[in-house]
Amino acid sequence: MLADFLQYDFLRYTFYTGILIGIIAPLLGTFIVVRRLSLIADALSHVTLAGIAFGLMVEKLFIITFPPIYSGMVFSVIGSIFIEKLRTVYRSFQELAIPIILSAGVGLSVIFISVANGFNTDLFGYLFGSVSAVGRNDFILIFIIFFIVVTIVVLFYKELFTLSFDEEYATISGIHTKRIHLLFIVLTSLVIAASMRIVGVLLVSALMTLPVAAAMRIAKGFKQMVFLSVLFGEISVIIGIITGYYLNIPPGGTIVMIAVLILLAAIPYKQRRKSISEVRDA
Amino acid sequence: MNRPIVTMKNVSFSYGNKRILDNIQFEIPRRKFMGLVGPNGGGKTTMIKLILGLLEPDEGEIKLFDTPIGKFQEREKIGFVSQKANSFNRDFPATVFEVVSTGLTAKLGYLRFLKKKHKSKIVKALEMVDMVDYLDENIGNLSGGQQQRIFIARALVNEPELLILDEPTVGIDEANVKRFYELLHQLNTEQNITLLLVTHDTGIMTEYATDIVYLNKTLHFHGNPEEYSSLSDEELSKFYGHRVMAITHDA
Repeated sequence: MLADFLQYDFLRYTFYTGILIGIIAPLLGTFIVVRRLSLIADALSHVTLAGIAFGLMVEKLFIITFPPIYSGMVFSVIGSIFIEKLRTVYRSFQELAIPIILSAGVGLSVIFISVANGFNTDLFGYLFGSVSAVGRNDFILIFIIFFIVVTIVVLFYKELFTLSFDEEYATISGIHTKRIHLLFIVLTSLVIAASMRIVGVLLVSALMTLPVAAAMRIAKGFKQMVFLSVLFGEISVIIGIITGYYLNIPPGGTIVMIAVLILLAAIPYKQRRKSISEVRDA
Repeated sequence: MNRPIVTMKNVSFSYGNKRILDNIQFEIPRRKFMGLVGPNGGGKTTMIKLILGLLEPDEGEIKLFDTPIGKFQEREKIGFVSQKANSFNRDFPATVFEVVSTGLTAKLGYLRFLKKKHKSKIVKALEMVDMVDYLDENIGNLSGGQQQRIFIARALVNEPELLILDEPTVGIDEANVKRFYELLHQLNTEQNITLLLVTHDTGIMTEYATDIVYLNKTLHFHGNPEEYSSLSDEELSKFYGHRVMAITHDA
């Protein structure tokens, strides 16, 4: 079944990329979910779409080669910085930052797409992912992002965890919460740009949240939750890419549906554990 | 050397035009168990925030361990426990060990990892609050009183000399409140930790504290529990600004 993936370059790069994003998307997702920022990934993915539309527009208007993943990345990072700023402007309504950035992203995308009079390139692939979209250069860029994200999360794990668990305490104990938070959200925007080609704009946030939602039902502690999230993310991506390819469905759809199935299997888990402890306490 | 841990001299603080603290003169000598009482809005939490360096006074001077607060670097010498048992997200997936380890994050500093000696510090802090058996338990599965002990362990893991607790017994049932005060008493007498406790439990407080401070914009009273208990209702009413009656809890 894997033969095609080993044989053809384009499939091989897609497969490798899938393995990388299957690690980094749920890895950052764990921190996003516990901090109740799940919708931030959605807002950023729509800004990334604007960046991609911008790249495609430049390519078409000026007839040059301009890999849209770069403009997508730049837009995503700028969007993440804006979200941080807006969250401080609307201190008591922090979630407002999300619809503001999300709609700005969609608005910009529509404008760029119209200015370019529609695109030759298959925009569908950017929305729902594609198994044939990752070239060698994309793969190298995504590998660099993978390396940066994993290194930073390992180095700043204890700060990220302390901040996620109790922001007030982190501030009192002298951690630079603002800097850590900014670093984190910039990483998130990079991961979203990197995941885009495989799962697509509309589904990238699912890869950051669904495996975490499943892991949360089972895990006892935070570290365990990180490992389970990555495991579930990895299973979803690998099975999703392979089935997507053989069934001729964009992999975004199959990856997310596998993640949903894992989640459905995990949901009853905690209830069972709780009822055991209730029996014990009684 | 028995210099006070905290010294406040002529300290005043306002939020906008509203004066919250007015000309406070206050000291926390070492090894005291000090209860800070007073009405809501009387400035208790503001005073704690000033000591923790989260707010700056408009006037006056604050010293921690004889160092002006602006130059004070050893934050880990002061532990803080807030009303977490009430406000904390019970579904957060973290073990007791992980929660207590967050106490070490700032002290360790960036790019350093937990080593064996740090892990034994965590175990020791949990032993002090009698919760070491729950090391791998999910914090959400514990009772409110047990959770509060875990948050104390998080503060103790840095071996602080002063522990500040802001209404730590809110949301904890009465039987566990007594156990909680016994634990504080033990930390004070056996580990020589100085305590500053903001509370409304004035009844039980007078059984355990060495000093009671009454704050309502200014310091109205600072004395030992016997003196505080002997205050007449009339005097207390004057502090509160309206009529009150003292209710004593019989143990």
